[in-house]
Amino acid sequence: MALPNKPKGELAAVITPEIAEHECDVLIVGGGMAACGTAFEISKWAPEGLKVILVDKASLERSGAVAQGLSAINTYIGENAIEDYVKMVRNDLMGVVREDLIYDLGRHVDESVKLFEEWGLPIWKKDEHGHNLDGAKPAKTLREGGTPVRTGKWQIMINGESYKCIVAEPAKKALGEENIHERVFIVKMLLDKNKENTIAGAVGFSTRENKVHVYKCKTAMVACGGAVNIFRPRSTGEGKGRAWYPVWNAGSTYTMCAQVGATLTMMENRFTPARFKDGYGPVGAWFLLFKAKVQNGLGEFYANSPDVKEELGKYMPYGGSPVTPTCLRNHLMINELKAGRGPIYMATEVALNAFLDDMRAAGNDEKSVKKFWKHLESEAWEDFLDMSVGQAGLWAGMNIEPEKVGSEIMPTEPYMLGSHSGCCGIWTSGPEEDWVPAIDGPRSHQYKWGYNRMTTVNGLFTAGDGVGASGHKFSSGSHAEGRICAKQMVKYCRDNADFQPELAQTAQELADEVYAPVKLYHEFKDASTAADVNPHYVKPAGLMMRLMKATDEYGGGVATYYMTSGKLLNICLDLLQMMREDAEKMAAGDLHELLRAWENYHRIWCVETHIRHIEFRKESRYPGFYYRSDFPSCDDENWKVFVNSTFDPKTKEWKCEKVDCVNIVETEPWI
Amino acid sequence: MPSYVEPAKCDGCKGGDKTACMYICPNDLMVLNVQEMKAYNQEPDACWECYSCVKICPQGAIFVRGYDDFVPMGGQVHPMRSSDSIMWTVKFRNGQMKRFKFPIRTTAEGAANEYPGERGANLDDECLLLESNLPTPAKLA
Repeated sequence: MALPNKPKGELAAVITPEIAEHECDVLIVGGGMAACGTAFEISKWAPEGLKVILVDKASLERSGAVAQGLSAINTYIGENAIEDYVKMVRNDLMGVVREDLIYDLGRHVDESVKLFEEWGLPIWKKDEHGHNLDGAKPAKTLREGGTPVRTGKWQIMINGESYKCIVAEPAKKALGEENIHERVFIVKMLLDKNKENTIAGAVGFSTRENKVHVYKCKTAMVACGGAVNIFRPRSTGEGKGRAWYPVWNAGSTYTMCAQVGATLTMMENRFTPARFKDGYGPVGAWFLLFKAKVQNGLGEFYANSPDVKEELGKYMPYGGSPVTPTCLRNHLMINELKAGRGPIYMATEVALNAFLDDMRAAGNDEKSVKKFWKHLESEAWEDFLDMSVGQAGLWAGMNIEPEKVGSEIMPTEPYMLGSHSGCCGIWTSGPEEDWVPAIDGPRSHQYKWGYNRMTTVNGLFTAGDGVGASGHKFSSGSHAEGRICAKQMVKYCRDNADFQPELAQTAQELADEVYAPVKLYHEFKDASTAADVNPHYVKPAGLMMRLMKATDEYGGGVATYYMTSGKLLNICLDLLQMMREDAEKMAAGDLHELLRAWENYHRIWCVETHIRHIEFRKESRYPGFYYRSDFPSCDDENWKVFVNSTFDPKTKEWKCEKVDCVNIVETEPWI
Repeated sequence: MPSYVEPAKCDGCKGGDKTACMYICPNDLMVLNVQEMKAYNQEPDACWECYSCVKICPQGAIFVRGYDDFVPMGGQVHPMRSSDSIMWTVKFRNGQMKRFKFPIRTTAEGAANEYPGERGANLDDECLLLESNLPTPAKLA
């Protein structure tokens, strides 16, 4: 019996939470790879007495995108030229990227990887015969000149189940546990009362006790990952949790920075990875390590067909590179599916048996072939068990053995992120170097304004998924970027030593705003006998479904094979406008529900920027990620530019604009 | 594949300050019911199956059951994690079993060097700790 209406969660929310006020010099919002990089690095630059606080909505040991672990580090420059890394990222993201940020990342990232290994992360090595050694076998470290096991040009294999735990440990030790506030969800960044366009603090709440936390700071970094559950997922039941990207990434980074006026860039970019169907297990190792190919429903390995070559020829120079850009690979797959030539299979059995056939052809006896197979089988399963256990569970449930039968792959629902093969995010300053273009105009058009990775808001920094127009950082690059921010924030504090942050609102006013969903719940819960059906409020779970339905149907989700148009996008914007209004009517009876309410609020804002950007860009820059039926081609002549947008916190108006995209690394040859 | 708690094994971490699963879940799903002194997953359709709770549970009380909207019943994947390795048992729907063991860490827990006391050189250049002579791009446009 549900009556009387009671909160569902174990930790009921009260109308009058306690308030805790904190003052610090540097505030780190987030706990993933980037934030751990910042926490580690900042103690190396901070003068004595500089107060740093890190606030994480989860616990540092297992928070962020690497919580589960990873089977590879996708960015390690090693023996390659950084210029080639820039060229690869530029081509994969269809030409519109910040080459200064990418080059800069490329020159710092390896140091992070070497630190990971030193801290205890097992990195696979090649022995003197060229055989793979797992990361626990004795071998020279990367710092000593050891040879990692390359899968692709930029990727190296690891035994990464404990990757995040290992990276979090020195971050915690360097910062001091007393300076890490776990289970506190920051929901708003706060501007200074007196100084224009300057960050002064943040507000959030504990998910463990009825307490609002108000922070005052001189500078802050926001690095809370990308956005998930913003489009209707292919699995809408229990499997909704099996998102490809971490399901707890709610677009908080983009929303919180946009709301204080930080310019966003390339929010039209999204990532719809093609992954093993339903379990969303990684495909990288299958393609690169095991050399597997995709097969359509007719059994054709379509990737090298003349039709495909002709199709790729429509997207030059991007389609002409030896490694086809991720979106175009999706585009080819979607063409197969739309033509009825699905399902698409990863031919795992063909790939694995080819290795065994090669062994036999080289004259190995069955005993050594069997021994080799045990190793190969273990590598294949580890790829899932390290980072996507659910996919292993699906294989177990379906009786799938990859050496006997292939597995279906499928483009997922769209995600927003800036660190993987996507590049939406916040417009930041590049490094203060001569080779970074000097451009006149406001910060929203410039490439550098004094502090590397600072947003257009004074004192507000971002890293990882937060930094836009600079994808392919992955875990290692995000950590390196967090380290960059650390040093820059210390420099900012030194240069602004006199700045005394002052908040525009009182702590009580902020607490009332944060706890508004709780107040609403208590005011109206008795208007209905049902927990979730009430004429006065909406529950977060319901509003999230409403958001995902609207984006799916009008914003180019899986329902329409990622197709949308100006007309549909404007309908979507109208729906989002009403959703934004109704978001103020979200009710929360317990602390978990309050967390979900604020996450949804972040999602709605973040999706709105995405839709606005797609609407503004009158072309289809990323075929395979999304299409505009009214502008179906990729139009370099008019649109090889950034789209930047800025929300004015005073007038509440959005401004979208074109910004020049300048090449730094040679364009001939393009790759 | 949401996690679930076997009531016979869960002791609610004896009501200590930190219920292990509640402490670790990145998505705030695991909660303790204080009356029953048992933990449970409060929002199974938001479970990423990251196995953080399964790996950390001191009683081995947490398991995972495949998402009911696409995983046929009967299979199970379960880990045993130690300080330097993890052993996975994969049980198929048809009863077949596979076991895999992987290293997870090459240093002792707590031994990661945070470089205490180490200081960077010059706050006004772009070098981070342990870096010097940063490259600049060649082959310019």
